[in-house]
Amino acid sequence: MIITVASGKGGTGKTTVAVSLALSITADQDLTDKRSVNPANPLFLDCDVEEPNAALFLRPTIEERREVGQMIPEVDLGKCTYCGRCAEVCQYHAIAVVGEKVLVFPELCHGCGSCSLNCPTGAIREVLDVIGTIERGWAGLPPASGSPPSYPPHGGGGKRGVEFAQGTMNVGEPMAVPIIRQLKQWVIPPGASTGLGGTPGDRPIILDASPGTACPVVESMRGADFVLMVTEPTPFGLHDLRLAVEVARDELGLPVGVVINRDGVGDQGVDEYCTAESIPILMRIPLDRRIAEAYSDGGTLVEALPEYREQFQNLYAAIGRLVADGKGARA
Amino acid sequence: MMKQLVILSGKGGTGKTTIAAALAHLASQEMPVVLADADVDAANLELVLNPTKQEEHGFMGGQLAVIDPEKCIACGICADVCRFDAVIPGDEAYRVDSLACEGCASCFYRCPEEAIRMEEQQAGLWFRSDTRFGPLFHAHLFAGQENSGKLVTLVKQQARLWGLDTGVALVVVDGPPGIGCPVISASAGMDLALHVIEPTVSGVHDLERIMGTTDHFGVPSLVLINKADLNLARSEEIAVFCAGRGVEVVGHIPYDDVVTEAMVQGRPVTDYTDGPVTEALKRMWSRVSDLIFPDGIDVVKGGQR
Repeated sequence: MIITVASGKGGTGKTTVAVSLALSITADQDLTDKRSVNPANPLFLDCDVEEPNAALFLRPTIEERREVGQMIPEVDLGKCTYCGRCAEVCQYHAIAVVGEKVLVFPELCHGCGSCSLNCPTGAIREVLDVIGTIERGWAGLPPASGSPPSYPPHGGGGKRGVEFAQGTMNVGEPMAVPIIRQLKQWVIPPGASTGLGGTPGDRPIILDASPGTACPVVESMRGADFVLMVTEPTPFGLHDLRLAVEVARDELGLPVGVVINRDGVGDQGVDEYCTAESIPILMRIPLDRRIAEAYSDGGTLVEALPEYREQFQNLYAAIGRLVADGKGARA
Repeated sequence: MMKQLVILSGKGGTGKTTIAAALAHLASQEMPVVLADADVDAANLELVLNPTKQEEHGFMGGQLAVIDPEKCIACGICADVCRFDAVIPGDEAYRVDSLACEGCASCFYRCPEEAIRMEEQQAGLWFRSDTRFGPLFHAHLFAGQENSGKLVTLVKQQARLWGLDTGVALVVVDGPPGIGCPVISASAGMDLALHVIEPTVSGVHDLERIMGTTDHFGVPSLVLINKADLNLARSEEIAVFCAGRGVEVVGHIPYDDVVTEAMVQGRPVTDYTDGPVTEALKRMWSRVSDLIFPDGIDVVKGGQR
């Protein structure tokens, strides 16, 4: 079952909830034998590739790293006739023919391949333009080095494993979507979503999305079974929650549920909205300075306040029921 | 000469809009200002400035492929050439997933039956509104749309042109979170970037990346530490990091529930209370004002466009 954690507004606690959810539902297991991954060991993807932060809290050991990017055109001037067809078909103005010169602007290119496909002399080949990295590893193994001083590795080494993956966009690059897309393709097994044959009892896959509602968030939600919205009960939180629900429920047709973080601040707007829209409020986390202080030093909610572990387990069970009901309703 | 200031943060939810609204309020007491909300997919500045809409315009955000089911022979070439998994196969006719389509027109050029057309899409709206502190240019990108960078550029451009025409001293731009295309668009041409950072491990991590981004595009940085007393050791860590990069920390804002109260009341916090938060914000504005107007405030109407 694939759950995307989103919010609209930034800083409402997406990463706090996503990380604590993963840590609360994971099985205690000897991770030295990774050939047999227990279905209860969640897979966690940090899809906020512009500002990935989950690793600060999950403290994984990275085992594999790849450069990712997109294919951009490279012109063989020996074959080019300067006809200008490539510039004509490019919708992003990423390639231009000026006299006997062909200019490529990688930061405008979407990697669609139309220029090479349409070149009459086959003068364009595509080469990889690196825009970021994707990494995978495990949280719960003893770290090689460099664990933050305030908090030890999760589970004391070899236990309570979360498989971890993240994308990181290089500074100065504009496009996050290709990195998220490739991260998902790399680590999510085909057919994992319930829409493609998976069941709510399958291995939990948790995606931590970026703030906002634009294309990187859409890519992080696409293919999910459920979108968990983390919001705060303030006018900003409500305003952006509405927009995120428009994307997840109305545009993508996904079931949604809400976690209210810092419950007790602000006003009743989020509660009233959720009631009016029949959106289930699945959990409330009261405003608690201890949570904020733990967070500021890289501590997770369930480390600072272990009594929350059971609430996150209940949250996961509730999501499973909603997904199963939704699947039943559609069938 | 008119100056432009963008409020950024990298990490979301650190208080960009709260700070932008306070700056709008404080600056407008001393000089004519114009405001732009560059967080077009989750615009919040309007919630605390109580704007009255004066103009509304559509934003054409690009194009989408549309397959004519009458002409489609289901040959599948469009799906083969699409790199964005945006073509959904069908037995009799294929169709396009409008949220996945990036408008590259690859399918349009390869379709042997000329069954595909490219349609311009309205991807959002943009507005000019009046507020008590000056005109506000803001926008609403429709759910799940692309091209937020293009809309950010448009909103900023409109604010800037208005400012030049009417003789404004300062453009305050409330930026989006992250470091990607909307942030790059929001930073372009700015005189200063004010980074609002919280003293947390993620705040420190993200500060490096957002500052790297503004450095890359040649915009000088200032740093404001919000909720500074939440973790004094981390606040100090930020100060040391900034000193090492030659970047000035222009203020420390204490944690105070009054900030949320002001938001609930729909007012800038400086306009709502005279407490410690407002005092800290006034000191911060005074310093930013000295830095952005080293030769004093100079307003020329119909200036250099």
